[in-house]
Amino acid sequence: MAKKTFVVGCFKEEDVLFPAVKKVRAAGYKIHDVYTPYAVHGLDHALGLRETSLHTAGFIYGISGTATALGFISWIFTSDWPLNIGGKPHFALPAWIPIIFETTVLFSAVGMTITFCYLCQLAPFLKKHHFHPRATDDTFVMVIETTAKTNIDELKGFLTNSGATEISVQYAEPRWWLGTYDREQQLLRDTSIEVA
Amino acid sequence: MSDTTDADKELKVDKQNISILNQRNTDSKSYRMHIRYESQLREPLVYGEKDYHQVTEDICRPIEAKPGRLWYVGFFIAVALLLFGIYSVTDEVIYGVGQWNLNKTVGWGWDITNFVWWVGIGHAGTLISAILLLFRQGWRTGVNRAAEAMTIFAVMCAGQFPIWHMGRVWMAFFVLPYPNTRGPVWPSFDSPLLWDVFAISTYFTVSLLFWYAGLLPDFGTVRDRAKTKLRKFFYGIASFGWSGSTKHWQRHEALSLVLAGLATPLVLSVHTIVSFDFATSVIPGWHTTIFPPYFVAGAIFSGFAMVQTLMLVLRKVYGLEAYITLGHIEAMNKVIVLTGSIVGCAYLTELFMAWYSQNKYEAYAFWYSRANLFSPYGWAYYGMMTCNVLSPQIFWFRSLRRNVSVTFFMSIVVNIGMWFERFVIIVTSLYRDYLPSSWTTYYAASIFEIGFFLGTMGLFFTCFFLFSKYFPVIAIAEIKHVLKTSGESYKEKVGNIEVQPAEEFAHEFAH
Repeated sequence: MAKKTFVVGCFKEEDVLFPAVKKVRAAGYKIHDVYTPYAVHGLDHALGLRETSLHTAGFIYGISGTATALGFISWIFTSDWPLNIGGKPHFALPAWIPIIFETTVLFSAVGMTITFCYLCQLAPFLKKHHFHPRATDDTFVMVIETTAKTNIDELKGFLTNSGATEISVQYAEPRWWLGTYDREQQLLRDTSIEVA
Repeated sequence: MSDTTDADKELKVDKQNISILNQRNTDSKSYRMHIRYESQLREPLVYGEKDYHQVTEDICRPIEAKPGRLWYVGFFIAVALLLFGIYSVTDEVIYGVGQWNLNKTVGWGWDITNFVWWVGIGHAGTLISAILLLFRQGWRTGVNRAAEAMTIFAVMCAGQFPIWHMGRVWMAFFVLPYPNTRGPVWPSFDSPLLWDVFAISTYFTVSLLFWYAGLLPDFGTVRDRAKTKLRKFFYGIASFGWSGSTKHWQRHEALSLVLAGLATPLVLSVHTIVSFDFATSVIPGWHTTIFPPYFVAGAIFSGFAMVQTLMLVLRKVYGLEAYITLGHIEAMNKVIVLTGSIVGCAYLTELFMAWYSQNKYEAYAFWYSRANLFSPYGWAYYGMMTCNVLSPQIFWFRSLRRNVSVTFFMSIVVNIGMWFERFVIIVTSLYRDYLPSSWTTYYAASIFEIGFFLGTMGLFFTCFFLFSKYFPVIAIAEIKHVLKTSGESYKEKVGNIEVQPAEEFAHEFAH
């Protein structure tokens, strides 16, 4: 991915942020993302994001856990090594419920967490460009993607009128790269192409 | 008559509010936070004049400052205990389980007592973080992080006991169902001991994931505030590159909610399965159907007591009284008096059933080995009764629930009581077998058993001291989430809304 130019507006209050999001979207600008210090309920809807399907993934992982445990245990106790335990039936379903349940939960939890990390592209040793250091503290950071046609000065003025307390223009890579936060690293090579 | 009409009117307005609330998600006109305000009748969850930045400052301060002398003293005591534990366990591995005073009939002694005790303590964390999340208990935000950490460390300690009790511990992996060259011989999936393997390991994994998922945003906060290279390096890795993107938050919320939904039956299943270790056997005193609910209640009881012990120290040492408030302590004390009384009912039910069943072995186990003060272990039974059932009743009084010293003292008493409970269940059922020739001499722990227990104390507190120094001990992002509705200084401003008639409020809220 190439580097892009972003206009970044910072907000201090949710009450100012929400109308600003609405205005910016109505004006036809493309909001790249809004970075917030905590989960602001309703902001995803305001940005027009669809609901996440993570729950569905969790359900599928859970069911596969159930199937794995049930299939595995029944195969072992009825076919691979039928063990006579006090003359009790080989297919002892009630006695397997605890393990089947635990496996369901385990598969679902592990699967969902990995899916979450994959979807959000979160992993150790992974670095991203952070548009504002206080986005994880007390600032709601609205990042607007620009194109060659965007009038940046106009957009800055628009953000000021919408109540942004701090505005900057940043030329940045929107995706992740491998690196650590103790060094000033950028991507290994700059892939942006200058058009004459 | 007029009362009913008022109530009807309120109900109508409530319905109106709900429809407005539902409308909000789709109505592009008014995007607002999840609730507009919370009644002043509810105690604030955060005291003082705080804004988001102040919350960050307050919670990150212990991480960024050098630890005080008390921290070092505590930490080194914990490490010393851990080393003594390592010595005790090494001795047991070299010379065998014979180093413990277990004998022909008392095959489970301090080791399994401690196992059940630690697992029980491990239950409060998930209860607070998962069940209270589903029940929408706002006060959980102040204590969930540290309580979950406690859960993880307690389960780590618990796991040590069955593992080292195996004796030939290098064969511990035999409990796992892996294809092997011995047949393959599989473990018995019908055995409660194998259920335990699955339950404890799943519980540990899920608790760890839940805890760490919640920590990601807070590590991001610490990373972005870091001044030194070392901090930037480590917190950068730990935060997984968290940015706070709206989409990520949306998924994070979904993940937390589903993990909470999964952890809720999980936490109940784990101690149920631990109780099956006893209840599915035919030993008088163990063979009772009341065990699962009784063990779960006891687990929550002892877990909350340990949370109290830790929180009271934490809020004092790190000056977090504004976040872990007296309201939090009171709420946890209410849980303690409730679960303590449930456990008390279970004790009495057991005694009743031992008489009602007219089974002489049951009667002997309950009425002689336990309830008779002058039997060899009668002291343990009455210690348990005093600590678990009688003493927590003082928490029916509000002033005592909100008293920090009383709470601290009681939290220790409850944990001692719960240790007695497990000791009573295990040893008093075992020390006299059916035949008098199988009655054993008085079982008392050897120094290596005691050392092992002290060692897990050391492990627990070593981990907890490190956690409190390097991790945000309160969920920063979650506090920010409730700050503007439940913070004291924000609540003070809603007085005019409180006095508004319901119709007027609904009308204004709609616009």
